[in-house]
Amino acid sequence: MAMEFKKPSRRQFLIGGSVGVAVGGGLLLGYAVSGPSRRELAEGAAAEGGERFVTTWLKISPDNVVTVYVPHSDMGQGTITALAMMAAEEMEADWSLVRAEQAPAEKAFANEALGNRFLAGEDVPPMLKGLNAAAWTKVAQFMNMQITGGSMAVRYTGHHGMRVTGAAAKDMLVKAAATRWGVSPSDCVAALSIVTGPNGQSATYGELAADAAEYAPSAAPVLKSKKDYTIVGTARPRFDIPGKVNGTAKYGIDAEVPGMLYAAPKLAPVFGSTVVSYDASEILSRRGVKQVVEFPGGVAVIADNYWRAKEAAAALDVTFDTKGGETVSSESIFAGHDAAIATGESEEDKVIGDAASAFAAQGADIVEASYRVPYLAHACMEPMNCTVWIRDGKADVWVGVQDALGTRARVADISGIDFDNVKVHPMLLGGGFGRRIPIREGFFNFPSEIDFATIVAKEVGAPVKFIYTREDDIQHDAYRIASSSRLRVALDGKGLPTAWENIYVHKDEPGEAPHIPYAIPNQSIRFVEVENHVPRGPWRSVAHTQHTFFNESFIDELAHRAGADPYEYRRALLEGQPRHQAVLDLAAQKAGWGKPLAEGRFHGIAVQQSFGSIVAEVAEISVTDGAVRVHRVTAAVDCGEVIHPDTAAQQVESGIIYGLTAALYGEIAIEGGAVAQTNFTDYEMLHLSETPVIDVHFIESGAPIGGLGEPATPVVSAAVGNGVYAATGKRIRQLPLKNHDLTPTPGKLAQAAD
Amino acid sequence: MAITLKVNGTAHTLDIEPEMPLLWALRDELGLTGTKFGCGVAACGACTVYVDGVATRTCVTPVEAVDGAEIVTIEGLAATSGAAEGMLAPVQQAWIDAQVPQCGYCQSGMLMAVSALLAENPQPTDEDIDAAITNVCRCGTYPRVRAAIRSVTAA
Repeated sequence: MAMEFKKPSRRQFLIGGSVGVAVGGGLLLGYAVSGPSRRELAEGAAAEGGERFVTTWLKISPDNVVTVYVPHSDMGQGTITALAMMAAEEMEADWSLVRAEQAPAEKAFANEALGNRFLAGEDVPPMLKGLNAAAWTKVAQFMNMQITGGSMAVRYTGHHGMRVTGAAAKDMLVKAAATRWGVSPSDCVAALSIVTGPNGQSATYGELAADAAEYAPSAAPVLKSKKDYTIVGTARPRFDIPGKVNGTAKYGIDAEVPGMLYAAPKLAPVFGSTVVSYDASEILSRRGVKQVVEFPGGVAVIADNYWRAKEAAAALDVTFDTKGGETVSSESIFAGHDAAIATGESEEDKVIGDAASAFAAQGADIVEASYRVPYLAHACMEPMNCTVWIRDGKADVWVGVQDALGTRARVADISGIDFDNVKVHPMLLGGGFGRRIPIREGFFNFPSEIDFATIVAKEVGAPVKFIYTREDDIQHDAYRIASSSRLRVALDGKGLPTAWENIYVHKDEPGEAPHIPYAIPNQSIRFVEVENHVPRGPWRSVAHTQHTFFNESFIDELAHRAGADPYEYRRALLEGQPRHQAVLDLAAQKAGWGKPLAEGRFHGIAVQQSFGSIVAEVAEISVTDGAVRVHRVTAAVDCGEVIHPDTAAQQVESGIIYGLTAALYGEIAIEGGAVAQTNFTDYEMLHLSETPVIDVHFIESGAPIGGLGEPATPVVSAAVGNGVYAATGKRIRQLPLKNHDLTPTPGKLAQAAD
Repeated sequence: MAITLKVNGTAHTLDIEPEMPLLWALRDELGLTGTKFGCGVAACGACTVYVDGVATRTCVTPVEAVDGAEIVTIEGLAATSGAAEGMLAPVQQAWIDAQVPQCGYCQSGMLMAVSALLAENPQPTDEDIDAAITNVCRCGTYPRVRAAIRSVTAA
């Protein structure tokens, strides 16, 4: 990044407004870089009669209810509940009086903690790093972010934001009570949303809120010790679940606006195509069809019912100019990877020691293998959609996204309407996994349904709900990249690597994903860039998905070649990495590694650090009639600290199932410049019947809190592939597994016993 | 064409095309958005409702095929189960107790499919569950789904 930003000090970061503004006598506790304006903004946006914000994220109402505004979306990962728990713990709130909701898409609720972690140079997720300098200027200016991704809500917003803001709120409430009673704050105690004084006085937070808002938040509130936690570390029921079992939960696709019409697109199959011509005369005579609107790369049919729009769009004959894109195929893309790697002209990623000399050393045993993974679609259960209403120089947007503020900025850009006149109504997300991050310059820069819906809405004099079919969703995603890696090692006489070389395709984020934790003295990790027209974007765990498969499968190859146990071999190479060794040990122990398994069952193991957490997984598999079955996955996770044990375990289960689906079935193939797969019928999903038993164990090492939304995902593909090797002697170097014929040939199973 | 849809105990007469899938009649004509669009080809089960007590994928079910039938959607599941006003069906309560949903989008269909299975087979084997519950969940709630079913069948 060319530009440098001044790092805000912790003090600057915590200086709140001098005085809270009375909006009917409630309280907002100000956690503000920018002075009192932020609390005013928050109150204007989300406080009603009698309510006050104590920070931009904490609102207390006169009836003593605390509402926590979480600047992230909850896609089911439990963020809103977990972050509310972190704030409530430090605030000494009575959990039964705590509510939580997603913050409105207003700048007052932008995620400062995240921006500050970025400015402090911490490891932050790819959607931030991908921002170019110009975009960052804007971000730095406005902290215009509500991004949910990179497994960062708990570790950044929660730890650096919610905890501090909760503690500051408690201090302000105590000060207000002490002043009211003419006693010292140190003689007052806050507990269960009540402050108690030395002479038996007591007042609820709701009664104190207006007074408390008069104080600036303390610069460095003291946080509680873990031993005193009563909320964090317990499995509180999630706020979002009741509405998800009775049909009342409203996702983007459920937006209802009076007078609303529906739009279905006819999208160019080949990426990068433009519309040449179309004849809408037949479909315009159909029942309910109102109009057609062209947008870059497609035509939308507007009707009074989505089915009518969809059927008409399917019948619409559009001629596209494919701009030569039709010559691109998976075959040509992978041939391009191989050619680029073969040229030897690569760029440096990470270099340790002198790998070239080690490879050239006399007697070095050199082992080489090439790995490859295909494109992957996200396939969120809720097909992409966006409802936009443009009239009188204003836009209203109903959508479920991983960055409501970013969406607001994007709609403003596309529509030409001023940011202040764009209102985003955040809806629930039917899955995200990285797909629902709005466009970012340089990282996720492809035209999406949000753009199309906005363009269409400008042409239609009514609110329009624009919806992709599942086919549109599968064929017009921003895909996990297809990637290839050529790995090479030089081995010493004991089969341990003296040099590690990796040349891979596409430098992606997070930047450390291709790096290895193993103590190998000479390393040369390099990459090549090969451009093509397939849109790419972040997919759960981003670059870790491919690199963990590559590296952890290759290490397994080396272990077998050395005649070593794959677990012990890794362990030996992880000298000096106690957290890695600990998760490896725990996963191995809980899985019964090395102990006899049921007949036909085999183990594979893998380990990886990502998003601040370290995960080891042991997969127990069998191969029957050439097909793999995964029976059990045992996971050991060091995420530093567990906030909500139940959702933490759920995220690990979820990550494993997401990764396992990709390992077994995931493949987006390009044919004739377009995606060959169409729906769940040919882009297959794991079902309940195939789901393994998943056994999750946490280590709370006390290391800085790590993420949990993603780290379990990348490990499983290598663990399963390594298990397949143990079972069949066949090394899986390309995914998905469904493409491999694993039918045993005579002698192979005997070999598997090596 | 006039089609009568009896949904959650209320009859609605709609002038709609007989081939319109029930899914879109429920969502766009009746505003019952608890029933979800997932795939449009009966592959994921997000759109499952009861039709005369049978779990049915509405994205491929034309309204003419259900004219006059008793349709129950997620919005009517509790009442159909005999739960008191304002109470949930036992399966829904089990879903809360086991904290099953993540994003939740597939769960309406999942609950309808599970309810239909348990109505027909109150003590399903694991194989029965595997065969009947073919709904897709991208968040991977499957272990919780199985556990929640077991919490009901163990009762």
